[in-house]
Amino acid sequence: MTGGSFHGQALSWRVAEGVVHLVLDRAPCNEIGSIALDELERFVAALETLERDAHALIISSARKEGFCAGADLRELYRESHLLDSARRIKGIRDFLERIHRVMNALDESPLVTIAAIHGVAFGGGFELALTCDLIIADKTARFCFPELRLGLIPGFGGIPRLKRDLGNAVVRDLLLTGRSINVTKAQAIGLVSQLAAEGESLRVARATAAQIGKFDRKTTISAKRFIKPIPREELRREIDIFCELFARQAVEDGLRKFVESTSPLPYLP
Amino acid sequence: MTTLEKTTDQILQLAAQHFSVPREQLRPDDDFFKKLGINSLQALDLLTRIEQHFHIELPDYELQGVADFRTLAERIQSRL
Repeated sequence: MTGGSFHGQALSWRVAEGVVHLVLDRAPCNEIGSIALDELERFVAALETLERDAHALIISSARKEGFCAGADLRELYRESHLLDSARRIKGIRDFLERIHRVMNALDESPLVTIAAIHGVAFGGGFELALTCDLIIADKTARFCFPELRLGLIPGFGGIPRLKRDLGNAVVRDLLLTGRSINVTKAQAIGLVSQLAAEGESLRVARATAAQIGKFDRKTTISAKRFIKPIPREELRREIDIFCELFARQAVEDGLRKFVESTSPLPYLP
Repeated sequence: MTTLEKTTDQILQLAAQHFSVPREQLRPDDDFFKKLGINSLQALDLLTRIEQHFHIELPDYELQGVADFRTLAERIQSRL
């Protein structure tokens, strides 16, 4: 690792032409577990230094399957199901506190942040994209909050951020049905700012980052701070609700069902 | 109006093309998960391509319990 680059087990980053590029790359589809979280924390710690040489951040995936399939539910089940209730809740709360610090740091970064999406952006992957200022997606992209199938709500800050950006009706539609939406729908509701041809989201994101680099940086930072407040109170409440729900036996049953499922569509209830 | 037969045929063509399976090997009553050998992420990819081809939204829950091309075509027909 150097100051401007890193290559880990779940992600890598480098800086080129004023753009920090964070690349998710862990099989099968960038599930966020303890390794990804450790490395995201390293990235956020390095951001302050990286920001000196950059005006934009692009987050993309090197996995052909998609951007990110969300939290690593298999690890979550493996690590939690043998613990007593109090230790399970403490473990999940600690994880959520850490991931929220990462997500908040990305959300309020002075860099203009762009998620370049292809394939699935589900659960925590969708929530990671929602920290970004712009979402650029190709025609294969799908977005989903499938958490209710497990008896949970999204826990990485997704509900407050989607509500902030698009409003409560969109949150209710996606959250309460658990359905996934394609990029056409996502662009129609204002979630996706630019639609790219298949395999072209990163190229479009780079072109957009180059355009953003032409503007005065101080003005861009002021504009972003003005229009993108962090919904801190709702984010805190989200952690509390998630932990309350996680304590129930139904959640452990749901996790076990998912982990043991051989269904082609295991995310369906 | 598009008939069920036409819709089924278009799905079979779409699946054959995208998953590189000879069209003549696919039949309306085939279990598409088994016939195409697809996993959950590939099933979502197929859903995306179906939505784009027919210019519809087909929520995931409409696919619950659906495994053959003909029933899939019926679900699509109800959204056209």
